[in-house]
Amino acid sequence: MAANPSLNDSAPPRPGPPRPGPPLWLLLELTYRCPLHCAFCYNPTDFAGTGAELATEDWLRVLREARALGAVQLGLSGGEPLTRDDLEPIVEEAHRLGFYINLITSGVGLSEARLGALKQAGLDHIQLSFQDSSKQMNDFLSSTRTFELKSKVAALIKQYDYPMVLNVVLHRLNIDHVEEILEMALRFGADYVELANTQYYGWAWHNREQLLPSRDQVERAERTMQRFRERVGKQMQIFFVVPDYFESRPKPCMKGLGSIFLTISPDGTALPCHAARMLPGLDFPNVRSASIEEIWYRTESFNHFRGDAWMKEPCRSCPEKTRDFGGCRCQAYLMTGDAANADPVCDLSPHHHLVTAAVARADRPDAAAQLDAGEKPLVFRSERNSSTLFPKRDGI
Amino acid sequence: MSDMAIEANSRPGIERGYRLQWEPAQNAHVLLYPEGMIKLNGSAGEIMKRCDGATTIADITADLERAFATTNLSADVLRFVHMALEKKWLQIRP
Ligand code: SF4
Ligand code: SF4
Repeated sequence: MAANPSLNDSAPPRPGPPRPGPPLWLLLELTYRCPLHCAFCYNPTDFAGTGAELATEDWLRVLREARALGAVQLGLSGGEPLTRDDLEPIVEEAHRLGFYINLITSGVGLSEARLGALKQAGLDHIQLSFQDSSKQMNDFLSSTRTFELKSKVAALIKQYDYPMVLNVVLHRLNIDHVEEILEMALRFGADYVELANTQYYGWAWHNREQLLPSRDQVERAERTMQRFRERVGKQMQIFFVVPDYFESRPKPCMKGLGSIFLTISPDGTALPCHAARMLPGLDFPNVRSASIEEIWYRTESFNHFRGDAWMKEPCRSCPEKTRDFGGCRCQAYLMTGDAANADPVCDLSPHHHLVTAAVARADRPDAAAQLDAGEKPLVFRSERNSSTLFPKRDGI
Repeated sequence: MSDMAIEANSRPGIERGYRLQWEPAQNAHVLLYPEGMIKLNGSAGEIMKRCDGATTIADITADLERAFATTNLSADVLRFVHMALEKKWLQIRP
C-alpha cells in the first residue's frame, strides 16, 4: 500500500455522486412479526434469521435524527406494526416532531382502545390492506380468518374520522374479483382504493409463477376499474397500479435509490428501499452504530446507486435514464443476477425476454390447470417456512 | 364538492387527512397527505395557509392584498382555490 503513495495523492478526486436532498420519506419496518401469512408478502423470505428488533429508545432516536435532516413523511409498517406494544409512544414522538404519520396495517390487533390511543397520540392516516373481497379468498390468501375482523376495523376507522384508504394487492388469484373488491370498498365507505399489482420480490418472487396474472386478466381488470370509476365519480378515488411486467418501460423505482426514501428494518439495518437488503456486495449500515446523517450522506452503500456512474449499457447512454433511473435494482438483480443491469421490464434491456417469457407462461391457456395440479405449491409466508426453506446465508 | 359553486363568501379549509406545514429543510410550505407530499410555491403556500375553513375567499384575498401591498388578486385566488378543490387539497364544508 505504501509502495506508491504519490499515485493516490496526485490522482484527481473521484467525482462522487451528487449530494442528495434529505430523506423526505422515512419508512420504519417496526417488526417482521405478523399474524398473517400472505403469499405475496414483500418481506424478505429469510426474515426469520434477522437479528433482534430495535428497542423503543432506538426508534425514537431514529425519528429525531431523521426529522432533523428534513424527513417529513413517515410510514410505520412491518410485518404487522400493531404487534409492537410501543406503537403508541412511537407515534406520539413522531407527532411531536411534526411527521405526517401513516400506519400501514392488516388491521389485525386494531382494537377500539388502541385506535383511540393512536388517534390521541397523533396518528394522521391509516392504510388498511385487504387480500380480497370474498371471505374465502381473503382467508385463503392470507391463510387466516381475518376478513370479518377487517370489516369491523374498516368501520372503526370511519368512526374515528380517518380517511378510509384500502389497499388490495392484486395477482392471478384475485384479479378477476376487481368488481367485488370495489363494491366492498364502496360499502365500507372507502375514500381511496389502491389496487396495487404484486411486485415480485420477497415471498412474491418465490411464488411468481402462481401469482403473475395473464395479460387478458390485467386488461379486463383495468376495464372493470374504469367503468367503476365512471360510475362512482369522486366519491371514491381509485388508483390502479399497472403491473410493470406488462409494460415496456420500468418504473422510476424509489425515484432512484438513495434520493428520497429511507427504510429502517426491524433489526436497525438502514436501506434505500425495503427490498434492497438482497442486493449483494453492499454492506448496509445499522442505526445501532451510525447516525442517520452519517448513513444517508456518507456510507458507500447509500452512495452506490446515486447518480449514474454505476449504470451499464443500455442505460448509461440512454436519454431516458433521468426519468426512470434504469428501473428497479432489486428486479434487475433477481432476474439477471446483476443489480447494475437495466431493469428487464425495459424492452431495451438485453434481458427483456425474461419478462416476456414469464408473461407468456402466465398467458398459456392451460396455465391455470397446471398450477392447480400443484406442480409448484404456493408457499405462504411464515416463520417456519422462512427458517426451513430460506435459512440465512452465512455472514449475513 | 368541486361541482359546488365557489363564491366570494365560501370558506375553504384543508381537506380532511391533509396537513399543511412549513418545512425549513425544503424552505417551503408542504402539503402532506396519505402517500404523498406536495411542495407548494410561494403564492400557493400563502393562499393555502389562510384557508382555515372559517375565513371567506373575499377575506383571504383582502388579507393577501394587504400583506403584499397589491390589488386585483381576486381572480388568481379564485383560480387557485378552484384547482385546489379539484385536486382535493381543499374542501368547502356546506
Ligand atoms: S404482506 Fe401479509 S404477511 Fe406480509 S407483512 Fe403484510 S400482512 Fe403480514
Ligand atoms: S435503457 Fe435503462 S434508462 Fe433507458 S429506458 Fe430502459 S431502463 Fe430506462
